[in-house]
Amino acid sequence: MAAQMDILRFATAGSVDDGKSTLIGRLLYDSKSIFEDQLESVERTSADRGEEYTNLALLTDGLRAEREQGITIDVAYRYFATPRRKFIIADTPGHIQYTRNMVTGASTADLAIILVDARKGILEQSRRHAFLTTLLQVPHLVVAVNKMDLVDYDRDTYERIVGEFTAFASKLEVTDLTFVPISALHGDNVVERSVNMPWYEGSSLLHHLEHVHIASDRNLIDVRFPVQYVIRPHASTDPELHDYRGYAGQVAGGVLKPGDEVVHLPSGLTTTITHIDGPHGPVEEAYAPMSVTLRLADDIDISRGDMIARPNNRPEAAQDLDAMVCWMTPNRAMSPRMKLMIKHTTRTAKAMVKDLHYRLDVNTLHRDDEATELGLNEIGRISLRVTQPLFVDDYGRNRLTGGFILIDEATNNTVAAGMITSTR
Amino acid sequence: MQRCDYLLSQLDVLEAEAMHIFREVAAEFERPVLLFSGGKDSIVMLRLAQKAFWPAPIPFPVMHVDTGHNFPEVIEFRDRRVAEIGVRLVVASVQESIDSGRVVEERGRRASRNRLQTVTLLDAIEAHEFDAAFGGARRDEEKARAKERVVSFRDEFGQWDPKNQRPELWNLFNTRIRRGEHVRVFPLSNWTELDIWDYVRREELELPPIYFAHNRPVFERDGMLLADLPYANRGEDEPAFEATVRYRTVGDASCTGAVKSAAVTLEQVIEEIAATRITERGQTRADDRASEAAMEDRKKEGYF
Repeated sequence: MAAQMDILRFATAGSVDDGKSTLIGRLLYDSKSIFEDQLESVERTSADRGEEYTNLALLTDGLRAEREQGITIDVAYRYFATPRRKFIIADTPGHIQYTRNMVTGASTADLAIILVDARKGILEQSRRHAFLTTLLQVPHLVVAVNKMDLVDYDRDTYERIVGEFTAFASKLEVTDLTFVPISALHGDNVVERSVNMPWYEGSSLLHHLEHVHIASDRNLIDVRFPVQYVIRPHASTDPELHDYRGYAGQVAGGVLKPGDEVVHLPSGLTTTITHIDGPHGPVEEAYAPMSVTLRLADDIDISRGDMIARPNNRPEAAQDLDAMVCWMTPNRAMSPRMKLMIKHTTRTAKAMVKDLHYRLDVNTLHRDDEATELGLNEIGRISLRVTQPLFVDDYGRNRLTGGFILIDEATNNTVAAGMITSTR
Repeated sequence: MQRCDYLLSQLDVLEAEAMHIFREVAAEFERPVLLFSGGKDSIVMLRLAQKAFWPAPIPFPVMHVDTGHNFPEVIEFRDRRVAEIGVRLVVASVQESIDSGRVVEERGRRASRNRLQTVTLLDAIEAHEFDAAFGGARRDEEKARAKERVVSFRDEFGQWDPKNQRPELWNLFNTRIRRGEHVRVFPLSNWTELDIWDYVRREELELPPIYFAHNRPVFERDGMLLADLPYANRGEDEPAFEATVRYRTVGDASCTGAVKSAAVTLEQVIEEIAATRITERGQTRADDRASEAAMEDRKKEGYF
């Protein structure tokens, strides 16, 4: 039944040459998610340009500049569904100058697909994509070895790539790694198991996407409820509502239940949850990513930006943070002493970059300790001093309470994404 | 099937995400407004806004950009729904923009007020000092929209710069703007047309009657069926005839096409939508057919 579908968000990284657009086009087409008028429009444009094949990249490259230059410059979101799952694809460009776009797409992804051309094997960019996937803690990684038709569906070629990638991945924190040999062009192992590769005993790519277990990826242990909005129906004539005071937010971790003892941060006061109001009325349990409203037994001064946790399991209240950051603006470089705004869960504060420990070469993973600044698309480890405590976890423990963005007050632009590695 | 592994259905996840967006914007902006057309997407938005702030009332007004080219059934529905909910309605009138000389009416048979709406919308945002406008646009609708942020920045001229958008990571939104600038906010970004219909069914939301099959005089233009209403400028060579139709989208009546259909119940409509092989905008919106980048160009100017 449709109501029992869940959602899998996945990111794809690669360039047109890897057959990424062909793969997405095939997934959309075979799941009947491309409509006739879209296909006609793409066919027409392809023909106008004298292209031999219908260029399915035109489906995802939505902006005029992208179509004119034949490149993907931004994250495009595409949607398709099978009876089992709804899928949200964050389609990101693969080149190094678009690292920030891949970081953005990966931030919400449950799974990432890295495309490798079977003829070329593991390239520098494959390693970069794998590194970024693990930096953003995408729980599941699929390496789709594409263009198997061009290597005569040769098992040894595939096994060699698997071996090489596995060796590289052992240096990264990859929790779940799957390989699928495919031909996106011919559809081998995309939706159906391929008859051309009887030696492959795994499932097709779509079957894997439909069945990969994502329920355990969320943190259901550490209760984290960033207070987003205080609901007080003031001028109510209804006496029931007159004293209503609810704390609305999206659960970032753990399972909350009425009757649970909780602690409010920053006050440190403890109280008990009396009710949890969900979108359809009271609920007995709340967990990520539910948006709910908590009612508490005691009248505590609670406002937006505060955090609710369990008395014996609290996030760190930290003003000094170490984090990996990806710098995202071409306008100015990041360097020590720089002052920025930090937005973390529902709390916004001022912050200063205290130190740049190193810049990481995303291709070789080499650490440059001599670096004095980070430019566009560069990744490094920094220390930040924040004007007020943030209630944080390590990013590896919880992506929602471990991630933050930095905003330049002069331009109001989002200039960096950060992943907290430790507090001090 | 019993779920004991803390999984949520796709509608539950989308609903939670939209409520999060509504609350975030209400918390961080001074004067939000919800754009309400009386169409299915804005009806879903209104329900989500109710849920986000329940049991308190929706803490912002709704605004209808009225082209004057309306389906009477939709206006009747709009007024009734707004009264039931008790939310304040602001009407921004394209006719008034024309009367005051801010815009000039297009001429000819295909004259439409679609593009003029942008000026009316931006003038109203400025006059009311709105700093955030919720819109019902979805990324699956159109390829320029597929690239748009959930919280999408507009400069002091109301313009969208697609190449210079703020990255959006996790569930964090950058809500910082200067005076005179504003953002458009799209809580339904990740919904598809079918999700909207599934939600309408699940929440038992009432829709204007034009979404269901009914008889009306229509005529054919550019392969679309347009309602034979006075402002559609039907020509001598465009004979009117009676047909059983329903609408897939609700827009300016002069450029929104109907589809032939016998679907009179919600179930039947959903069945037809699930089986259709043409997008809703491709099938029913003349405004998108102007060129490959028609939507992108209008959006840059400040369109919805």
